[in-house]
Amino acid sequence: MIMMEVEGSMNHAPDQSSFLRSRRSKALYQFKQQKLPACKPVLTPTSVITVFLLMGFVFIPIGLITLRASRDAIEIIDRYDVECIPEEYRINKLSYITNSSIPKNCTRYLKVQKFMKAPIYIYYQLDNYYQNHRRYVKSRSDQQLLYGLEYSHTSACEPEELSNGLPIVPCGLIAWSMFNDTFMFARESMKLKVNRNNIAWKSDREHKFGKNVYPSNFQNGTLIGGAKLDPSIPLSEQEDFIVWIRAAALLSFRKLYGRIEEDLEPGNVVVVNLINNYNTYSFSGQKKLILSTSSWIGGRNDFLGITYIVVGSSSIIISITFMLLHLKNPRPYGDNSWNKKSLSS
Amino acid sequence: MVKEGVEDWRRRKQDIEANNRKVEVLSKNGTFGETKWKDLRVGDLVKVHKDEYFPADLLLLSSSYEDGICYVETMNLDGETNLKLKHGLEITSDEESIKNFRGVIKCEDPNEHLYSFVGTLHFEGKQYPLSPQQLLLRDSKLKNTDYVHGVVVFTGHDTKVMQNATDPPSKRSKIEKKMDKIIYILFTILIVISFTGSLFFGVITRKDLSDNGKLRRWYLRPDQTTVFYDPRRAIPAAFFHFLTALMLYGYLIPISLYVSIEVVKVLQSIFINQDQEMYHEETDRPARARTSNLNEELGQVDTILSDKTGTLTCNSMEFVKCSISGTAYGRGMTEVEMALRKQKGVIPQEEVDDDSLSIKEKKANSTKLVKGFNFWDERVVDGQWINQPNAELIQKFFRVLAICHTAIPDVNSDTGEITYEAESPDEAAFVIASRELGFEFFARSQTSISLHEIDHMTGEKVDRVYELLHVLEFSSSRKRMSVIVRNPENRLLLLSKGADSIMFKRLATHGRQNERETKEHIKKYAEAGLRTLVITYREVDEDEYRIWEDEFLKAKTLVTEERDSLIDAAADKIEKDLILLGSTAVEDKLQKGVPDCIEKLSQAGVKIWVLTGDKTETAINIGYACSLLREGMKKILVTLDSPDIEALEKQGDKNAVAKASFQSIKKQLRDGMSQTAAVTDNSAKENPEMFGLVIDGKSLTFALDTKMEKEFLELATRCNSVICCRSSPKQKALVTRLVKSGTGRTTLAIGDGANDVGMLQEADIGVGISGAEGMQAVMASDFAIAQFRFLERLLLVHGHWCYRRIAMMICYFFYKNLTFGFTLFWYEAYASFSGKPAYNDWYMSCYNVFFTSLPVIALGVFDQDVSARLCLEYPLLYQEGVQNVLFSWGRILGWMLNGIISSMIIFLLTINTMAAQAFRIDGQVVDYSVLGVTMYSSVVWTVNCQMAISINYFTWIQHCFIWGSIGFWYLFLVIYGSLPPTFSTTAYQVLVETAAPSPICWLTLVLVVFSALLPYFTYRAFQIKFRPMYHDIIVEQGRTERPRELPVQVESTLHHLKSNLSRRDSWN
Repeated sequence: MIMMEVEGSMNHAPDQSSFLRSRRSKALYQFKQQKLPACKPVLTPTSVITVFLLMGFVFIPIGLITLRASRDAIEIIDRYDVECIPEEYRINKLSYITNSSIPKNCTRYLKVQKFMKAPIYIYYQLDNYYQNHRRYVKSRSDQQLLYGLEYSHTSACEPEELSNGLPIVPCGLIAWSMFNDTFMFARESMKLKVNRNNIAWKSDREHKFGKNVYPSNFQNGTLIGGAKLDPSIPLSEQEDFIVWIRAAALLSFRKLYGRIEEDLEPGNVVVVNLINNYNTYSFSGQKKLILSTSSWIGGRNDFLGITYIVVGSSSIIISITFMLLHLKNPRPYGDNSWNKKSLSS
Repeated sequence: MVKEGVEDWRRRKQDIEANNRKVEVLSKNGTFGETKWKDLRVGDLVKVHKDEYFPADLLLLSSSYEDGICYVETMNLDGETNLKLKHGLEITSDEESIKNFRGVIKCEDPNEHLYSFVGTLHFEGKQYPLSPQQLLLRDSKLKNTDYVHGVVVFTGHDTKVMQNATDPPSKRSKIEKKMDKIIYILFTILIVISFTGSLFFGVITRKDLSDNGKLRRWYLRPDQTTVFYDPRRAIPAAFFHFLTALMLYGYLIPISLYVSIEVVKVLQSIFINQDQEMYHEETDRPARARTSNLNEELGQVDTILSDKTGTLTCNSMEFVKCSISGTAYGRGMTEVEMALRKQKGVIPQEEVDDDSLSIKEKKANSTKLVKGFNFWDERVVDGQWINQPNAELIQKFFRVLAICHTAIPDVNSDTGEITYEAESPDEAAFVIASRELGFEFFARSQTSISLHEIDHMTGEKVDRVYELLHVLEFSSSRKRMSVIVRNPENRLLLLSKGADSIMFKRLATHGRQNERETKEHIKKYAEAGLRTLVITYREVDEDEYRIWEDEFLKAKTLVTEERDSLIDAAADKIEKDLILLGSTAVEDKLQKGVPDCIEKLSQAGVKIWVLTGDKTETAINIGYACSLLREGMKKILVTLDSPDIEALEKQGDKNAVAKASFQSIKKQLRDGMSQTAAVTDNSAKENPEMFGLVIDGKSLTFALDTKMEKEFLELATRCNSVICCRSSPKQKALVTRLVKSGTGRTTLAIGDGANDVGMLQEADIGVGISGAEGMQAVMASDFAIAQFRFLERLLLVHGHWCYRRIAMMICYFFYKNLTFGFTLFWYEAYASFSGKPAYNDWYMSCYNVFFTSLPVIALGVFDQDVSARLCLEYPLLYQEGVQNVLFSWGRILGWMLNGIISSMIIFLLTINTMAAQAFRIDGQVVDYSVLGVTMYSSVVWTVNCQMAISINYFTWIQHCFIWGSIGFWYLFLVIYGSLPPTFSTTAYQVLVETAAPSPICWLTLVLVVFSALLPYFTYRAFQIKFRPMYHDIIVEQGRTERPRELPVQVESTLHHLKSNLSRRDSWN
């Protein structure tokens, strides 16, 4: 391990007696003379090899465990944004999605491969969607979400601040562009119960959105963005909205839609009746529907486990390399060949 | 800045004080009235009293002495404390005529040469030549003379002192200058990445709205937008984005670095001030860092330019030994002897200790300590000499010492104690020595010298009065002085003392009895660093004397230019056939520990130049004494004291003199070069010959000429030691500037007197010795220490530490800001370069202030790679600073690269582990706030742990700051996250509710931190093992506690450093 040396120093003081009178003044003396007891770790070959080996032997098991946890989470991913457009519109998807007179219904069949234990989380995933764009993130008013019309300084919400001269609640681009595809789930013609409560963070529901703030004047403008909100339900209970407005970090993100609270058996086919309203076609985004169980580390992602294993193995490799090089120079202090080389070069 | 302001203000206060000092000026009505210094005008007739400073350059007219002589002390000009004799012209020395004095003085223009003055006095229709002998310089002090009258010749800035003064410069260290360059690099990086971002942003934004009005990313409403995102005006949008980006990535520029460095340096200075081992108890003076700008520069000093008097020496002479009629007396050991013995290690330490201890004890018992006298020999002291077989010769010897001098006794009327004012400290030492041994000189009149003596026959104390007939004064060409006296027995005696080179030639054949022994003793004394003089006497016939006196008086009364040479010739005639008595050995006492300190510093590869106002011989002597010059070193002497040039000077043709001098110097320099070149070519030899260059002031004037300075510098850098003697303050400053600008390396000037001020200000670092004399040097210095030997610790310990600390600190600062700044940039790339930071604004603002600042300040203030003891034990470690290995571009860029790599590892690992999938068991997914917190935690952990693995000195302070910073981040997060959500926005409950319960957040953190540190740690592990730096080896040495034996590897690294050193020495 790393070696420690503690350098105490009491034998330097010229007039010791006065300084040693009490511990405190001694400590002060050591401090002033820069002679505080200190541990000085030194990278000896042994300690280097030990550190690397230890790191390897800790990281690889962690990697294996997390990898296993990740594999425990079962996922069904279905990209539907293309499939849900009738063949004749595939060339011009935009005209299909923007034409409100065409019904947008679509049915997807998801085959369950492995046993999925309840709760099964339902997500929709958007790709190539910049919810982290500065203009987009800033276009909201936390105060308005909490206090409603009482709060009127909502200039940050531009250009979705006012409609027909009246303030919009909830204002801003994020609210305006809310995701509005809807999903209905059935198994073998039996409707699957989807729990859509408690999909938002508790703190969000309780502290960030007003219990007496009702949507008003929302989606009344000339250009309709996304979903409409029921004006009779307060914002704090509009969980879809709360989930949506919590901005994602990256350009591919999932949002929780609900939970299926029944186990799904292998071979089951989940029928999804969805209404494909949301326009991702203009910016070539993708829409996916995901059913996933979760393990203790959450959903399925092998990256963490694999990286742990890779880092662990590389530190073992480094330590072996180091050890071999060290053994090649059994008397390291006697060997100065490198130095001669460096001198001659 | 504030600091510098205060310093300026103090200086101004001193100026005002000086300007308002009072002096007596003769007014029109013929009485003396007080006037302020600043109101003094050229031509004013002033009266200056004893122990007052001259307010301007004055022409001496008359003094309280009849013949118009006065004594001055020029301590502030050349650092010499001995008194100098000045005499006015004979025609002006009449007291009474002063008030009606009318005359015209014509003289040269103001210049900085202290030792020259040319002018004429037109008085009553006649012309009288004026010389430096009549000039009283400002800032020198009137001594031993009640008052003088003088005419103001130069005032204010025209005075020679002020002409020598240089403006105090504002100094910055090399590291800081280099740091500025790094800041430029960072600015470039900043602009490049901002520009890249803006370019992408512009292109992406333009696409959001196609020409036919189609919206691409409709959710951004590109149809209804401000100029910042307007796709139709993409170029202005990109431009505004560029400004935003400059603000956002501003974290790359560590503005807090400047603040932190200031704080660190002030704290470092406090530690320097507090160092017990640089505290001088006798004078109660600690070391003082007067400016904190230059701490790290102390670790990079390449050349030390040192004053001699008061700096290397204590400025007191001590009579330590003598050789009388072939017998050596004096048992004490000189500093140099002790140093030599120690070096050789011949004599076991204890024995020496016992020896000197016993002597000390005996000394303490017998005599009290007397300044200037450090002689002990049981055969001689306490009147014991009368029992010696050669008592008569001893008596004669000390009589010569008591009579042959120009000192003036000063009897303290209360105690009866006698002190002496002598022209040179050597003389004072002689007079004191003879007093201590029973020949007390107590009175001098114009014609007599009185002694209390012990009669060697009876042992009784008697008063004897010697009639003083003539004094044949000392001059550097004569190198001897004599007096002719008539003793109470009415016999004429010539008593003479002088340099051995001159005196042995002048001995009578019957006076050479002990010549061989004496010569041997002299050689021994010289080796021991003592200044020797040969003491002789002779009896003079009345007849011979009478004839000689006629001739001598004739020469003396001449007013032609030949006067001096005729006097010398006359003196020559009588100073012959001398009888050798013996020789004296005086120690120009080195300050304690000087040879050791110089030895250590030269082991550390620091070059030491001595610039002194002293005579060449003295300077060389001291050179030997403090082991700057060593036996076996080849001495290259550059001087203008050659007969040709003297002859030319006598002819008075200035141009010819200048030309000849120039040629002569040029030739001497060339010779020196060819000598040294021969050696450099054969440097493969085991013991290459070493050279010492000695150059005098006059030669220096020419050598510093722009045409020759390059050659001079080259020669000087090839020599191991350089001594410049007789140099004026201005020359000291010029030499310093030459070394500084010529080699481009760090210079340190050290001195104690006002004459060193220019040098101290010119050098990169000025160190003032806060000795007994004046404070001007200290006021002009950057560091003040009480003793020269503290320089060793100041440079090798504090300099090394501070250099290392600041270098590490700056590198680390860049590292931590790049790590942080680049995570922002990478995130931008994933947010279509819109300018959205990855973190909450508050996290970012607190980064430099709360979460990373204290550990780096602790690094800057407390870190020690090697303990003070080991620093001193391995002086070569100092070369790390001189060669600037810790702040080389490679290292700086390495750290920057490390920062960028770390940021990439942090970013890529975080976004990939915290991707779209649920990150908790309850199925919640990662959003903007969680990613920000996780990534930010990784950054805080990484930079703080990087600190922990890159320092190797942990006290509780480091632990406290490093782990405390990390802890504080979490504390901050909890507190900030519990504030109302409208205030805390994205941080609301982020740790407690969201991130902390998620195992993946913690696992990511561990993975990221270890991975980000892995490249550095691997590099460091391999580097320590296979390419260790010098301090790495010493650290290991210190741990294994085998300080004595150096393993081969150390030797080879040493060899590496040394070869760098020698390569550097050969300079071009």
